[in-house]
Amino acid sequence: MIEEKFDAIVVGAGMSGNAAALTMAKRGMKVLQLERGEYAGSKNVQGAILYADMLEKLIPDFRDDAPLERHLVEQRFWLMDDRSHFGVHYRSEDFNEERPNRYTIIRAQFDKWLSSKVREAGATVLCETTVTELARDAHGKVIGVHTDRCDGEIHADVVVLAEGVNGLLGTRARLRERPKPDKVALAVKEMHFLPRETIEAHFNLKGDEGVVVEAAGTISRGMTGMGFIYANKECISIGIGCIVADFQRTGETPYGLLDCFKRHPSVAPLIEGSEVKEYSAHLIPEGGYKAIPQLYGDGWVVVGDAAQLNNAIHREGSNLAMTSGRIAAEAIVQVKSRSHPMTAANLSVYKKMLDDSFVIKDLKKHKDMPMLMHTNSQNLFLTYPQLVSRAMQNYVRVDGTPKAEKEKGTLKSFVNARSWTGLFGDAFRIARAWR
Amino acid sequence: MNVETSVRVEDKLFYNRYLVDVGRPHIKVRAHTKPSPQLLALLKVCPARCYELNDKGQVEVTVDGCIECGTCRVIGEPTGDIEWSYPRGGYGVLFKFG
Repeated sequence: MIEEKFDAIVVGAGMSGNAAALTMAKRGMKVLQLERGEYAGSKNVQGAILYADMLEKLIPDFRDDAPLERHLVEQRFWLMDDRSHFGVHYRSEDFNEERPNRYTIIRAQFDKWLSSKVREAGATVLCETTVTELARDAHGKVIGVHTDRCDGEIHADVVVLAEGVNGLLGTRARLRERPKPDKVALAVKEMHFLPRETIEAHFNLKGDEGVVVEAAGTISRGMTGMGFIYANKECISIGIGCIVADFQRTGETPYGLLDCFKRHPSVAPLIEGSEVKEYSAHLIPEGGYKAIPQLYGDGWVVVGDAAQLNNAIHREGSNLAMTSGRIAAEAIVQVKSRSHPMTAANLSVYKKMLDDSFVIKDLKKHKDMPMLMHTNSQNLFLTYPQLVSRAMQNYVRVDGTPKAEKEKGTLKSFVNARSWTGLFGDAFRIARAWR
Repeated sequence: MNVETSVRVEDKLFYNRYLVDVGRPHIKVRAHTKPSPQLLALLKVCPARCYELNDKGQVEVTVDGCIECGTCRVIGEPTGDIEWSYPRGGYGVLFKFG
């Protein structure tokens, strides 16, 4: 039994938990962080892209010693059908800058490093410890936690729930609902190892330059989903994810999708000759703004994936996690510095601060996109990619057909597939949800 | 065309490190005679193929290869078909890369 009382307990050592623990410890708070993995990072799965701006706000000189893989100089978006891809690529020498904006990382290694910073800042980090239940007083206020490591309760003024998308504590305590199958995606990923120079040749890179491929289309077989390929230094992260409800409805298997994605003629050459060293899976919050639960209460706040803070449209999650963890911690520090109790009323400042940040503003902007993507998945992920592929092939193939006739044929294929009303309706719906 | 059968999930799990908590599975399937649609969905959707049909047509779970994604919890916990907890601290899958 741990007798001493802490200012704050942080449950989880992912992006949001580490950001919260670090921020509070730096401000002199007595912080206990609990992590069920062997070390911070051993249970954490992400693509993964790191966004420098959000980490700089925590550790300005992180580039000195953080385990970074490649800085991104190129972004490729692919619209795929079974034999082709139509790509929009953006590459710029501007991204070869002194302080690059985005990096690929390997989460288990990165999180271990970030956790070392949390310890250096003075927090107590206890790994291999699963928090089993929240401790509450007679009025329902959260006053600490129970773990599987020591008997009895560990007490704190406030508990930061950074327990991830599949967090059990908050839902068991009825602080928020369990994620619904249509509001989370299941992604599977493999780590493919290749010599550094081979990766650089496959992706047209030099030095520590990196590239991201994000792909949608028939690879998800009509489900709402995306594939991704990230170049690390000596390995390639490759994966695919779809909404869980779609998997449930179709009976498709995640590993079956990944296998097809890997064997696609546009993808196979990129990973050719590689050795697989890990297979992982993770849920991704996809519900957006409308799925955000109550973010604070008496003695608790929730941050990161546990709070569904993920921007599915821009494929951003770790930065929202890091930022929400930091902001929650700043709110807690503010309440404490005024010697106020950690009541819901006082902790509501966290939500106010988060509302003013890019986190909520971005999610609000795209609040209708998740539903649109899900209800129109057949059109967006199957019909259109096939139409676009045929249109492009028609455009580039030189076969003596007059151009006017070719263009007429392409237009006709779109109208036949979706009708004029359907085409305008789709364009209108996407524009409205995007603005 | 059924390409899925060619994918051997067991081979993929072989790449991973696990510390199995013998005798303390963190997922349990509620006893049943005829599986619910939710339980049947788990046969396909579980990325580690932890769920299988036994010869009586009931769904069984073997958690040794579980990669702790929580998909089965999202599908099977609301109906009471399964009970989902985290493995004890330090046990379960241990990602090297994540």
